[in-house]
Formats: sequence, structure tokens, C-alpha cells
Amino acid sequence: MTAGEPAITEEPGAAVLQGRAVGDTVFKAALTIAVLAVPALLGFLVWELWVGSRLAIERYGFDFITGTTWDPVAEEFGALPLIVGTLTSAAVALVIAVPLSLGVAIYLTEFSPKWLRQPVAFVIELLAAIPSVVYGLWGIFVLIPVLKDHVFPFLRDTLGFLPLFQGPIYGNSMLAAGIILAIMVMPYIMSVSREVLMAVPASQREAALGLGATRWEAAWTAVVPYARSGIVGAVILGLGRALGETMAVTMLIGNRHEIAASLFAPGYTMAAVIANEFTEAASDIHYAALSYVALSLFVVTVIVNGLARILIWRVSRGQAGGGQGV
Amino acid sequence: MTATQADREAAPGTSAPEVALEARAFSFSYGPRQTLFDISIRMQARSVTAIIGPSGCGKSTFLRSVNRMNDLIPGAGYQGEIRVAGMSVFDPSTDLVTLRRQVGMVFQRPNPFPKTIFDNVAYGPRLNALVPRREIPEVVEQCLRQAALWDEVKDRLDQPATGLSGGQQQRLCIARALGNRPEVLLMDEPCSALDPIATQKIEELIFELKQQYTIVIVTHNMQQAARVSNMTGFFDAGRLIEFDATTQIFTAPKHERTEAYITGRFG
Ligand SMILES: Nc1ncnc2c1ncn2[C@@H]1O[C@H](COP(=O)(O)OP(=O)(O)O)[C@@H](O)[C@H]1O
Ligand SMILES: [Mg+2]
Repeated sequence: MTAGEPAITEEPGAAVLQGRAVGDTVFKAALTIAVLAVPALLGFLVWELWVGSRLAIERYGFDFITGTTWDPVAEEFGALPLIVGTLTSAAVALVIAVPLSLGVAIYLTEFSPKWLRQPVAFVIELLAAIPSVVYGLWGIFVLIPVLKDHVFPFLRDTLGFLPLFQGPIYGNSMLAAGIILAIMVMPYIMSVSREVLMAVPASQREAALGLGATRWEAAWTAVVPYARSGIVGAVILGLGRALGETMAVTMLIGNRHEIAASLFAPGYTMAAVIANEFTEAASDIHYAALSYVALSLFVVTVIVNGLARILIWRVSRGQAGGGQGV
Repeated sequence: MTATQADREAAPGTSAPEVALEARAFSFSYGPRQTLFDISIRMQARSVTAIIGPSGCGKSTFLRSVNRMNDLIPGAGYQGEIRVAGMSVFDPSTDLVTLRRQVGMVFQRPNPFPKTIFDNVAYGPRLNALVPRREIPEVVEQCLRQAALWDEVKDRLDQPATGLSGGQQQRLCIARALGNRPEVLLMDEPCSALDPIATQKIEELIFELKQQYTIVIVTHNMQQAARVSNMTGFFDAGRLIEFDATTQIFTAPKHERTEAYITGRFG
């Protein structure tokens, strides 16, 4: 027994070591492939979009982006109303969703009784699991009637001096789409901000309270600023969702190629037009134009995300170090 | 700062009460679990009181009772009374904000806000609107000078406080607490996260600050307690075992438990 021991411990040890080295190599190779696959896939996607939209790019060039007419029969394609529609509906969504979700997140982390936190957070996160077509249906049957009969007339009466809230009320509209988008992105913004706020060290709250801050002041002047860059990250996540959301928007926005000043007017988005027309496109140029829209959506998303990153970077520099939530 | 100082010099003993902090038969419990038993202690204005004792004996709990930081914890209960700067701490009519302004607190780990150095020190004065806005830079400078940090940071007040060294951050937290012009400064193991040189600087600072403030410092370092304090209280298992002049405690403690602790036989 004793004589055999050194040999036993040495040999398997070496084998294990070798085995582990092999494992290391395999693991590294697998990871490298995975890491390379992502940009490769992205490159392939862009390339496909580019090839698909080539016909339209050659024929319309940059006028496609600035044009406002969309007439497949006359083979005239301008995507500006779609781009404006995508950006407007996302902006409306954020204007509504950001204060609400932030308010809920702050309430849940700083003020609510402990027993309430988990259930409320759970229900809100559940909202994220509902398929968007269900939101669309709910929007058509519940939201739109309420908006049309009560909310929109009220807005027109009170804020009607703004061009945003003028004109005829149809129901299906930019505002309806923005509201449904707001409901859909809220869970994301809320749950990420909640996590970021919960990660703020107790010592920050105590520092503020110890200096004579009320709980509200401590939340607003110490906790939220500490979590600022993380909160911006949460908003960007929501923005990304809002820009790309298709189904529910298509069902509520009215699908009209038009840039209107009023949020009561119908509009269209890039994602919605692709979903609606791709299966019915009759000509090659129509396909190419829709691909071109997809390419534009991709570019818009990249630009918006890029701007948002710069914003995060500036915000986190402005807050001087700490609290890099994302 | 100057106003308070001038008041005190003009009428010593009238504007500032001689006893700055007093506990009378104070007990505290976290839920069903009692942590402090029948603590009675009086601290003179402008003195340094060290609180020593083994971990978990309730030193932090006592400190956090003085500015009611433990209000954050659900189920906390107390009995008895604590008086600070003429206020009854737990009296329902006592305004928490006023109390906490009078009682500055410095924590175990430096906890500057992720704001600029200037904004950290200006936090209290701005929040409590203690001085007109345009006088804030003056107050910030005074506090930083008092905290012996001014010379090191005067050229980078707009830089992030988180970029300072640990010792500098702790002095910044002291400066931030001074911004409220408190009567009492509570320090909970302020040097336990610092190196010896930074520790020495804080000790020198405490020596300076006691000219104007009543300081209570919790420490695990016996030499530190002996160096900085006038009075020392020894806590054990939630009770104040002995409270006396520091020299008395360290040369001729009356209780054998105290002696055992300061000679390092337990704790
Ligand atoms: N938030 C809390 N909830 C429940 N018990 C606590 C809490 N904080 C401290 N305690 C308990 O109270 C006792 C005293 O703690 P503390 O005052 O922090 O001791 P010290 O500062 O002397 O080390 C310890 O037994 C600790 O476990
Ligand atoms: Mg402690």
C-alpha cells in the first residue's frame, strides 16, 4: 500500500493534467468559434440585405430615404414616412414608459413594504412574456375603443393647442401604437432599473440619510444618481425593443404612408411595412424596396444605439466614476 | 462654521450644553433579539469618547441609535432615552432631519457619493439650505480645511471623489459630515479600512476636531483609543461594563472583564 502510493498519485495526476490541457484547448476553440460566429452572422445578414435591396439601391439611391411616396404599382418608393413613424412611435413609447417604469422601480426598491416587492415585480415581468400579437388584439378590442371615446377627445380638449393633439380621431393612430409600445417596453425598463437600483450599496443610502436627507431625497439625490448609467442602459434596452416591435404596432398604427403632425393620425413603421407587404410583393423591385427598408431599419437601429452608447458614456463620465451598472 | 464657533466663544456653556450626548437606561432590540441593555452614559461637549468592545457587542447599534439610523430596520424596538444637543432623540416631536443634521456620521468604509469632491461636501449645505447658494464654495473650503484635505484637493474639486485614495475618501466623508455643522460626530471604526499612514492622519484630525465637536469613535484598536480619546466606554454583550477616563481604563480598569479585553485575553 504505502509503497504503491507515490506511483498512484503521480501517474493519474499527470494524466489528469494532460486531460485538463486538452479540455482547455477544446474549450478555447469552441469559445473562439462561438465568438467569431456572432459577427460573421451579423455580416452575413447585412450582406444579404444589401444584395436583396441592390435593385432598389441602384434605382432610387438616397432618394429612397428622403422620398415620401410609396406606390408599388407605379414602382415609386420613398421610406421617409416609415422612418419617421418608427422613430416617433418609439419616442412616444419612451416618453410614456420611462417615467412610469422608473417610478415603479424606485417605489419598489425604496419605499414599498417588503412583501409587496416580489409579487409586483413578478407581475410586471410577466408582461414581458405575453406575445406581441396578443397585445395587438388587446389593443384593437380594449385599448383603441377607450382611447377613441375618452382619452383622445380629452387630450384634444386639453392639449389641443399643440399640433400633436389636433385633427380627426380615428382610433388607429401613432399615439395608439406608441401607447401599446410603452406597455410592452415597460417591463424591460422597469425590471432592469429595479435591479440596478437594488445593486446600489446601502452605504450610499445611509450616507444621504445621515446627512439629513429624507427617504425621498436620499432616493432622488443619492440612489438614482448612483444608478444613473445603469438606468440609461435600461432605457436603451427598451428603445431597442420599441424600434423593432412589429406585430402589435401593425395592428394599431393604421398603416398609412404619411407624415402627420398629429399623433391622432395614422402612420406606418419600417417593421410594419415589411411584415405587411413582403408576402404579397408582386415585383422584384417591390421586394428590393422592402429589403432596402429592412436595411434602413438596421442602420437606424445601429445609429440610435450608437448615440445611446455615447450618452451612457457621457453620463457615466459625468457622474464621476462609481455605479457602472451596465 | 465660523458663526457657531463665534457663538461658542462668546458665550461658553450657554449655546452649547455641557453634556452633548446622554443615554439614560437605553435598551435596543432588533425584533425579538435584544442587543443593548440599559445603557447610561454622558459625554461632555468637545470631548472624544472611544467605544471599545468585542465584535457584535452592540457598539454600532449604539452609534446608529444616536442618529436613528436603525429606523431603517423593520421591527426595531427601544426603551429609555437618548439626548443629543438638547434634543430627545426618540421623542415623536423630534424632527429626524434636524437630528441627523446635528449628528454627523462617518462609516466604517468610506462612502463618498459618485459625484465631484465639491458636490460631496456641498451635499449637506445644499440639502438643508444652510447657507445662501453663493456661500457654498466658502463652506466647502472650510470643511475641507478642517478635514485636512484642502491642500490635497484644492486643484481638483471638480474631479470625481471616487478617484481619491481610501484615506482621502474617509477625510472627505468627514468633511462632508462637517458641512452640516453638526454638534456631534459619530465615527464607526473610521480607520478599519485604512493603512497606518492614513489612520494616523485621521487620528491627528480627530485631535483637531475635538476643539469644536463632540466625537464618539468606535475602534478595535486599543492604541488608537488610548491616543485619541478622553473617555473610554467598554461594551460587552450589549452592556456598558465600564465608562471612565481613558487613562483610568487603560491603566487601572475596575472590572476584570475590561482588563481581560484591553490586555487582549479575549475579543
Ligand atoms: N440589522 C440587524 N438586524 C438584526 N440584528 C442585527 C442587525 N445589526 C446588528 N445586529 C446584531 O446586533 C448585535 C450587535 O451588532 P453591532 O452593533 O453591529 O455590533 P458591533 O458593532 O459591536 O460589532 C450583533 O449580534 C448583530 O448580529
Ligand atoms: Mg460595528
